Amino acid sequence: MVDVAVERNSAAPAQKARKRVTLRTALKRKSTAAFLMTLPLILLISLLVIYPAFYSLHLATLNKSMQRFVGLGNFQFLFTRETFWLVVQQSCIFAITAVIFKALIGFIVAHFVHNIPAKGQRKWRGMLLVPWVIPPAMSTLAWLWLFDPSYSAFNYLLAGVGVDRIPWTGETGWARFSVILVNIWVGAPFFMIMYLASLKSVPDQLYEAAAIDGANWWQRIWYVTLPMMRNIIAITTLFSLIVTFANFDIVRILTAGGPLDHTHIFATWAFRIGIEGGDIPLGASVSLFMIPILAIAAVFILRDINKRGNEA
Amino acid sequence: MTSSAVIDKSAPTRTVKLRSMSRDRTWALRWSYFFLTLFAIFALIPPLYMLITSLKTSAEISAATNPWWVYHPTLSNYVELLTSNQFLTFFRNSALVSIFVVTITMLISVPAAFALARMRFWGSATLATGVFLTYLIPETLLFLPLFKMFVVFGELTGIQLINKWYVLLIVYPTLTVPFCTWIMIGYFASIPKELDEAAIIDGATWFQTLTRIFIPVALPGLIAATIFAFTVSWAQFLYPLVFTTSTDQLVLPVGIITTLIKGDVFAWGQIMTGALLGAAPPLIIYAFLMDYYIAGLTAGATKG
Repeated sequence: MVDVAVERNSAAPAQKARKRVTLRTALKRKSTAAFLMTLPLILLISLLVIYPAFYSLHLATLNKSMQRFVGLGNFQFLFTRETFWLVVQQSCIFAITAVIFKALIGFIVAHFVHNIPAKGQRKWRGMLLVPWVIPPAMSTLAWLWLFDPSYSAFNYLLAGVGVDRIPWTGETGWARFSVILVNIWVGAPFFMIMYLASLKSVPDQLYEAAAIDGANWWQRIWYVTLPMMRNIIAITTLFSLIVTFANFDIVRILTAGGPLDHTHIFATWAFRIGIEGGDIPLGASVSLFMIPILAIAAVFILRDINKRGNEA
Repeated sequence: MTSSAVIDKSAPTRTVKLRSMSRDRTWALRWSYFFLTLFAIFALIPPLYMLITSLKTSAEISAATNPWWVYHPTLSNYVELLTSNQFLTFFRNSALVSIFVVTITMLISVPAAFALARMRFWGSATLATGVFLTYLIPETLLFLPLFKMFVVFGELTGIQLINKWYVLLIVYPTLTVPFCTWIMIGYFASIPKELDEAAIIDGATWFQTLTRIFIPVALPGLIAATIFAFTVSWAQFLYPLVFTTSTDQLVLPVGIITTLIKGDVFAWGQIMTGALLGAAPPLIIYAFLMDYYIAGLTAGATKG
């Protein structure tokens, strides 16, 4: 009934419009109005996201002064550089380790929060989400100061229990540990909040049924919780993989890539080469290496979202 | 026969199990509190240490005393920063950029989300997916081509965009608009169709349906999206680092890092004060609007 009424309403001006198309009648049409409403969005995305993405493909084929076409020359040059392979290796170590620990810690903490009485949950959740709320550039400064070579507050505590001072950002192994630690600190609360939301949506009856069947806590997690949360775990992990892989703030402020380029990841190295070194094409080629992993993650996320769209 | 035997047998064991389960429960609760306390300490150490350091004088910071305790608390760092013109300029730039970006984001994403959620038109489903994909493209992939684009644009038109704070108004929406549009589509789609059909029958135009019905009903979503846009533009570090260099054009995060860290000069008290002041606006918003904040955070992945 309603549909018919609406359609008849909109069909009449459409017929008139065919006779004399004025701006006014065109504006009344639903598709025109919808198009105009999405126009700013389309312009923004195409001019400032899609165009630069392709422009960076073009940039990557130019020489340093951006006047000569060198084809794949930049890539060939990168493959011969030792630092490039270091960056590839470190990006993978950084992203994979950080995401695994973020997911694990988030999962564990979400369970603990879920365990306690509902009245206190808000307070704990509020405290545990603070690392995510502080701008990462600001909190990394606090970490930098906590890791300070001569005044490190952690080393002060460690000296109290008789441990030697640790070169948090001065030595390759420790520097890698430090950037990953800070990344976990920033990102774990996000996992915690996502898992907590999804834990709450698991029906209690399933746990009751499992308990009656004599399942222990491990079996309850493995056969009830994990299958129910599979979707959200997959999506959150992929999201975080993208964000961690493309991270800039933390590494830039904490180590700026040092010592000896050992903590550089794609984004910080692209910045070092492209902006500080003035070689925009080479920097663009470096950042293009992020695309494969992003594309893979994006395909999986999209598949997941479409699947759920169909279920709903 | 057999079934009654089974029931008989299980009856006593069941009561035993129940008692042990409740004991398990209290122990699980104790362990939960214990570990939650550990994690909360881990989460709160950096901000607390910011606060501790910000209350110290430079002399106390460089002295070999316990770094975790303030012996002579002083507000001199705060006074110094809040009366320094440079710091106030950073703060003003950050505030201006964030407020404008939030406005621009809402003006673009709310109508677009409305059109994508309610008015099916050619390519609308593809566009919605495209919006989501755009959200997945990180800023670290785009800063170099964007930088070059703005340089070329400046050469062609004579309009200088590089090293002006308002260049951020052009680039920040690429970070905020896709996500805000995406969660607003989710909120708008959950509004019952009968509402807008009723409005249209009563003679409302599409624009009136949006402003009189959709925006009021989806207000929680709108607040969540606003908070998201604000925190993203306040916290952004890479774009201002790339696009602005003069001290009077910098926003807070970049300003603190480039002007207060001077290598040999010992300014950690001021750096921590600046960092804390820079972290304050998102923290205050979070403290008052935590539920909206969390709704926005979880909406991105759970709606769709």
